[in-house]
Amino acid sequence: MQALETLATHYNYFITIVLMISGLFIVIARGNLIKKLVGLSLFQTSVYLLYLTPAKILGGTAPIYNPAYKVYSNPLPHVLMLTAIVVGVATIALGLALVVRIKEAYGTIEEDEIFSKDPDSE
Amino acid sequence: MTPLATPLAPAAGHVAAAVEKVEPNVEAFIMMVVLTLLAAITIAIVKQRNMFGVVILSGIYSFLMASLMMVLDAVDVAMTEASVGAGISTVLLLATLHLTGSMEYPQHRSIAIPLFVSLAVGAILVWGTIGLPEFGIADAPMHQHVAPTYIEYSKNHQMPPNMVTAVLADFRSFDTFGEVTVVFTAGIGVLLLLQGGWRATSNNRRDDDDDEDVEDAVHGNKEGSSKTAGGRNA
Repeated sequence: MQALETLATHYNYFITIVLMISGLFIVIARGNLIKKLVGLSLFQTSVYLLYLTPAKILGGTAPIYNPAYKVYSNPLPHVLMLTAIVVGVATIALGLALVVRIKEAYGTIEEDEIFSKDPDSE
Repeated sequence: MTPLATPLAPAAGHVAAAVEKVEPNVEAFIMMVVLTLLAAITIAIVKQRNMFGVVILSGIYSFLMASLMMVLDAVDVAMTEASVGAGISTVLLLATLHLTGSMEYPQHRSIAIPLFVSLAVGAILVWGTIGLPEFGIADAPMHQHVAPTYIEYSKNHQMPPNMVTAVLADFRSFDTFGEVTVVFTAGIGVLLLLQGGWRATSNNRRDDDDDEDVEDAVHGNKEGSSKTAGGRNA
């Protein structure tokens, strides 16, 4: 019963962790470079969720002042995550540019094939 | 989950109609449904082999994430995620797919070690998460620190009514400055990488003029890249 209650009250955190380890798994296990970048962005997005979840107060409202309300969610994590989203898309853009260059140089974006073509690897 | 939702007695009748509150339990239920959908989409992304499918699924993922942020009261973040995460990221990924091709080859390596690492990290995170305050309560430590000050400032008209704007511009301008620096650096990096690519392509073709203009580079882009790829394969 205790475990079930923890599951209910921490459900957001647990799903965040599922998203996070899925992103980690894709980055480590998959060989396609674009898929790796999608995994990286999954990981980043799960971090947004990790920050925004504790900011929420159930029954509160968005942090825009209105005399009719008195309970607001915490605005600070929202600000931090606004910055993180933009930095995240900058990271993905740089990674994709690298992928395009790798495709030009090696003719493939599969990690195994790149290693087999690269004389310096191993 | 104490009923903190009681709004102050509103002055005008039409405000009272607008202030009809969503029940906290309903909020939590909607959140759980969206979270479960997110987890399902994530599993689909892990299993999907067609990269076009992966990109579209990640677009769906971003829109679900934006909906979830709406429910979490992070409206500014939801708008940014819907435009940047679901819009620009998807366009960038599709443009890259156009240049690189969209099938992921079947794997030959074992997934045992990545699976073990991911699950171990997940177990440690779950262990660390259980100690956190439960979701949605108002007396969690983070709501006692600076947030009441921000709300007070907005209330006294010392800051704009939108507290996120106020904190972003007034209290954390250097964060935004750093963000602009990062975006600028990434933009320069992308430009250098792609332009360097066109120059290498022109060298491969043994062109005489080194300073080819940008228009030529853009038009020669697809043809040049496929030529390079063919050359390496041969």
